[in-house]
Amino acid sequence: MAETIIEFQGVSKSFGDKSVYTDLNLGIRRGETLTIIGGSGVGKSVCLKMLIGLMRPDSGTIHAFGESVTTLDEKGLLHLRSRIAMLFQGAALFDSMSVEENIKYPLVEHNWGTRAEMDKRVDEVLDMVDMPGIQKLKPAELSGGMKKRVGLARSIAIEPEVILYDEPTTGLDPVNVRRINGLILSLQERLGVTSVVVTHDMDTVFTITDRLALVYEERIGFVGTPDEARAHELRYLTEFIKGGRGTLSEDL
Amino acid sequence: MPSGLLQLFTAIGEIIYLTRASIRELFKGPFEWRLIITQLDLGGIDSWSITVLAAGFTGMVLSLQFAIGLEPFGASMYTGKLVSLGIVRELGPVLTALLVGGRVGSGYTAEIGSMNVTEQVDAIRALGADPVRKLVMPRVFAMTLALPLLTIMADIIGCLGGLCITVLEVGVTVRFVYEQMVETLEIVDLLHGLSKSVFFGYLIGMIGCWNGLRTYGGTEGVGIATTRTVVFISVAILVSDFALTRIFLAIYG
Repeated sequence: MAETIIEFQGVSKSFGDKSVYTDLNLGIRRGETLTIIGGSGVGKSVCLKMLIGLMRPDSGTIHAFGESVTTLDEKGLLHLRSRIAMLFQGAALFDSMSVEENIKYPLVEHNWGTRAEMDKRVDEVLDMVDMPGIQKLKPAELSGGMKKRVGLARSIAIEPEVILYDEPTTGLDPVNVRRINGLILSLQERLGVTSVVVTHDMDTVFTITDRLALVYEERIGFVGTPDEARAHELRYLTEFIKGGRGTLSEDL
Repeated sequence: MPSGLLQLFTAIGEIIYLTRASIRELFKGPFEWRLIITQLDLGGIDSWSITVLAAGFTGMVLSLQFAIGLEPFGASMYTGKLVSLGIVRELGPVLTALLVGGRVGSGYTAEIGSMNVTEQVDAIRALGADPVRKLVMPRVFAMTLALPLLTIMADIIGCLGGLCITVLEVGVTVRFVYEQMVETLEIVDLLHGLSKSVFFGYLIGMIGCWNGLRTYGGTEGVGIATTRTVVFISVAILVSDFALTRIFLAIYG
């Protein structure tokens, strides 16, 4: 079994008087694709944001590559964010910049190299997401699916070891959903990255997952392979996997 | 403590923190020329028309009022004196700040607020940069620099407007009013007004950015935050104007 590179231990987080996590424990292994599922608003994205230091947990520890994320200084966080990239839900492209400038943004911040090397890298990553030649377009000229792919290109530009996907397929049409899923898989195979995917799209889950984790009652209620999940007795999990088909009782 | 007071202190604390971080980013590492010049252009240069319009008409209406108001005392001759003092010491800085504040401050909140609710501010951090450096510092710096310059322009245009109307209403020569104004105005009057406008510029940039960064709740939230910024900036300018005037009167006399 591959080594665990990221670990949440006893993490709790609340916003005002709304508690999101009380005791979050989760390990992520090198090279795997882990999907995190759970109902809307249970704080799946919060989990990703805590991992790269965009939010701080109230208590507990988060370790990434052997370092404690919660105690990292600015420089340490900068380095961490060159190893762990995140694709935001709405892609979060900078509206004021062209596609090219967007993709160069992390390259400039991390001192990637010369101008020519950056140009070459932009070409490469746009090729990887099957969108060559759109360097000069503005985000407003792109469709939802294209934005996600440019966002993905921006995330992989600095060659991260881990990519966090926050609902990569939400709001997309079936063709784009399949395309994004295919990209996640191919990046996995070609670059050997570790992927953490937050989603509530069950098709995505079963297409790309090595292991899945269910956020349930402010902690991780289940972690295991999709096959284990199907056989699991937790009612909420089986209902979730069936995608709400079958009988859904009120107390869920 | 009542919750309103608590909110006020929280806001002041956050603004002090953001100010400190902005000053640190201004002097740290390579100077962000490009970002600052963009903001000078958008916030400063693009505000010239509204400044000219406001200052010109204020000078004109002020001299109209003085010319008629001073008539019963036979003092209409002094209209130019009063108008130039009123513009340079008070109305130039304050009116410019209020108008530019409404225009630019709300723009800052709308832009940064939209970026915030679409996770672009998070993305800046996730991509290895600092939102204070990329968003807040250039705007606050640009506004602090641009507002005094706009105020100088407002002073000149305001006095010109006053001059025209004084000549027409009181029936004195252009030369007379001009010399009267030059004689009346001292360098401390200009300093007095400009010192205030430096602070107003900082307030506009800072309140606009601060309110943008704490925007939440989607597009509706952006609308609410933008409206609030205009109110906050106006109140902050009016209240601090009184306090600063008191202080500068003690300093400059």
